Amino acid sequence: MTVRKSDREPFIHLTKRAPISTLAGLLIRAGAFVVAVLFCAIIVWIMIGVDPLTFLKTMFTGSLGIQRLGNASDFNSFWRIFTSSYFWTTVKTGCKLLLLAVALAPAFKMKFWNIGAEGQFLAGAISAAYIMFNYPNLQPYILLPLMLGVSLISGAIWGIIPALFKAKWGTNETLFTLMMNYIVMKVVDFFFNKWRGPKSALGIINGDSEAGWIRSIWKGGEAAWYKNEDLIFIITVIIIAVLMYYYLRLTKHGYEIAVVGDSQNTAKYAGISVKKVIIRSMALSGALCGLCGFLCVTSQSHTVNSNLASGYGFTAIIVAWLSKFNTFTMIGVSMLIVALENGSALMSNTYNDLGYSIAFGKIIVGVMLLFVIGCEFFINYKVVFRSRKAQKEAVEA
Amino acid sequence: MKRILSIILVFVFALSCCFALAACGKSTEEGSGTEVTSDLKIGLILVGDDTEGYTKAHMDGIKDAAKELGIADDQLIWKYKIEETDAVTEAGKQLINDGCTYIFSNSYGHQDYMLGLAKENPDIHFVSMTGDTADKNGLDNFSNAFTRVYESRYVSGVVAGLKLQELIDAGKVADKNKDGDNIRIGYVGAYPYAEVVSGYTAFYLGIKSIVPNIVMDVQYTSSWFDFDKEKAAAELLMNRGCIIIGQHADSAGAPTAVQEAFKKGEVVYSVGYNVSMLDAAPDAALTSASNNWKVYYKFAFEKALKGENIPTNWAEGYNQDAVAITELGTSVAEGTQEKVDETIAKIKSGELKVFDTSTFTVGGAEVTEAFATDTDGDWVNDKDNVVYDGYYHESDVRSAPAFNLRIDGITELN
Repeated sequence: MTVRKSDREPFIHLTKRAPISTLAGLLIRAGAFVVAVLFCAIIVWIMIGVDPLTFLKTMFTGSLGIQRLGNASDFNSFWRIFTSSYFWTTVKTGCKLLLLAVALAPAFKMKFWNIGAEGQFLAGAISAAYIMFNYPNLQPYILLPLMLGVSLISGAIWGIIPALFKAKWGTNETLFTLMMNYIVMKVVDFFFNKWRGPKSALGIINGDSEAGWIRSIWKGGEAAWYKNEDLIFIITVIIIAVLMYYYLRLTKHGYEIAVVGDSQNTAKYAGISVKKVIIRSMALSGALCGLCGFLCVTSQSHTVNSNLASGYGFTAIIVAWLSKFNTFTMIGVSMLIVALENGSALMSNTYNDLGYSIAFGKIIVGVMLLFVIGCEFFINYKVVFRSRKAQKEAVEA
Repeated sequence: MKRILSIILVFVFALSCCFALAACGKSTEEGSGTEVTSDLKIGLILVGDDTEGYTKAHMDGIKDAAKELGIADDQLIWKYKIEETDAVTEAGKQLINDGCTYIFSNSYGHQDYMLGLAKENPDIHFVSMTGDTADKNGLDNFSNAFTRVYESRYVSGVVAGLKLQELIDAGKVADKNKDGDNIRIGYVGAYPYAEVVSGYTAFYLGIKSIVPNIVMDVQYTSSWFDFDKEKAAAELLMNRGCIIIGQHADSAGAPTAVQEAFKKGEVVYSVGYNVSMLDAAPDAALTSASNNWKVYYKFAFEKALKGENIPTNWAEGYNQDAVAITELGTSVAEGTQEKVDETIAKIKSGELKVFDTSTFTVGGAEVTEAFATDTDGDWVNDKDNVVYDGYYHESDVRSAPAFNLRIDGITELN
């Protein structure tokens, strides 16, 4: 019997894979990441002649760094990472990104596309800064909780408004939350320009009195390792990430969010008030973004401007997606993205042929995302080549 | 198949880990000193990069100074495009991490963060260029520096004045360029505070020394670097009939607008800032007032090489060639170079004072008292009288410009 052309198996075809083990999935993604980094290394080698080893070294130093001060022999090279400023910059910045991604988790899991993290962050930040700027004479025990409360509420309000419209009138939340960002950015610009007076920069708020800074709690007291604004910021963020994991996994609220996300009709049938879940989850999402704003103002920047979130409100969306809304995975993903950014920042600061700017960092992160997201394809599908053997068998049959 | 793939991936991953660790180990070895001249490392926090005139002028100055003093390239550690936020703090910490003991920042908005770093790192020296709070804070390791750029602005005003006189003689000044008997000049400013006020007043007085009947409009952009806003501001000023457009903002926006108008047949000329604007406005640019930062960086790096403190305030001008005007454009009036040389010589000898109180009035009266320091943070100076001996002593109390008087003949439009 002859085989007609159309009966022949195509040279390449794709088949859906059975779900692969977590470990294999992790390894494939890690592999994709390594390939992406090597790819970037080779591109840089070709373009500006920096060899891959130097590239890796610089990326590594820029993201994790090495403490070069003090008596170097006191530490072995591994532990010296943890005293390096580069490492702490990465952890701190990573935590900012992480908190925003964690804040997005309940909304995204519910399939409510909250693109407004940037705005909800700024709403929290500007409210905290407003209190800090206008009432510096309050006791820290009154001032800081007041700032915290106002930040949480304003972040939540910025999240609830689009949620209300979605729940009541079914408006498109993607556009709505996006536009809400620009409103609050302009509000921040307004206060920034008002407060800076005729000078060119606002600078630090309450630089002398340190009122409204986290460190005002222990001002004047003895030094201790836990009296560190950065540490408080990092620990708070990690705790929230862990709590959010259990909130989404183990609580009734978390279950309701998952059901609403899968099918609103199922949720209705099960007697879940969809409107209530949407509004409640968005309030939580917005409040956490607002909290991130509060923490950045009180423990990091001590000032406010419309670029305070440095675009992480948007980057957090990618983090949340890549982590499949798992907040533990988010820890790794956000640290990795920030590490790549910082590594490539050191690259472009060191090798001026890369054009100084942050553009190089964006390329690196972009290539990384392309490879990692691309490998998802290979995790879900198998590429099958037409084998001679199978063809022969077909012919013989 | 799956298993083989996994094994390969594990292998690649392990290999890359070794790679990274090897790289890390290597950098450790390098850290232990390969410097030829000294262990000194200097950190530089810059608000922009070489695509922006203001920062490029700093970069050139730093590189020239380092070269003259034999400071190697790897002793300078650069951080570009650092915003005026806690990014400065992070950059500063990283520079300290890398062993820098002297750290310079070049933007006014970096100052508060530099001060914060200075408080926490008493062994490291911090210089906030163009800043104004070092004397108030009284820290040994925190300094400010600024050139007397008002001197070169005055000279650039002289260049513009000579051109204006030539236009008057040739009968090219139209009625629309006049406000009564006075000829209108325009100025694109960044922010309405002393640094800018001092600059445009000097520029105005420079023109006025040649052509007495002028008035000047100032349009602010609320940004140090915004091409579109600066261009729009220059267009607005030209629509009002301004015949010379000066600037204190860092882009080529204003000269570009002036060149476009010039090409359309308007009679209008531009005076730039930082760098020569002849690329942006080959016909309309007369010159630019500029800083020669090398003079300061050389001074400061010498201190750094000796491990000394850097003086809290530093302000020098033509006497040390720390300021200059850029090459004269093709459109300048005849005899400009001679007049420029003469003016510079007079400034150097002290014969000519830019803010000579007999040359301007405030509210119709000559100024007899003006303060240079603001003690209560309300943006109004209330301490240190600097008007005596017949002139305003700019930059004598602090390096940052303090001249904040709004003199007669200059109107702020916004």
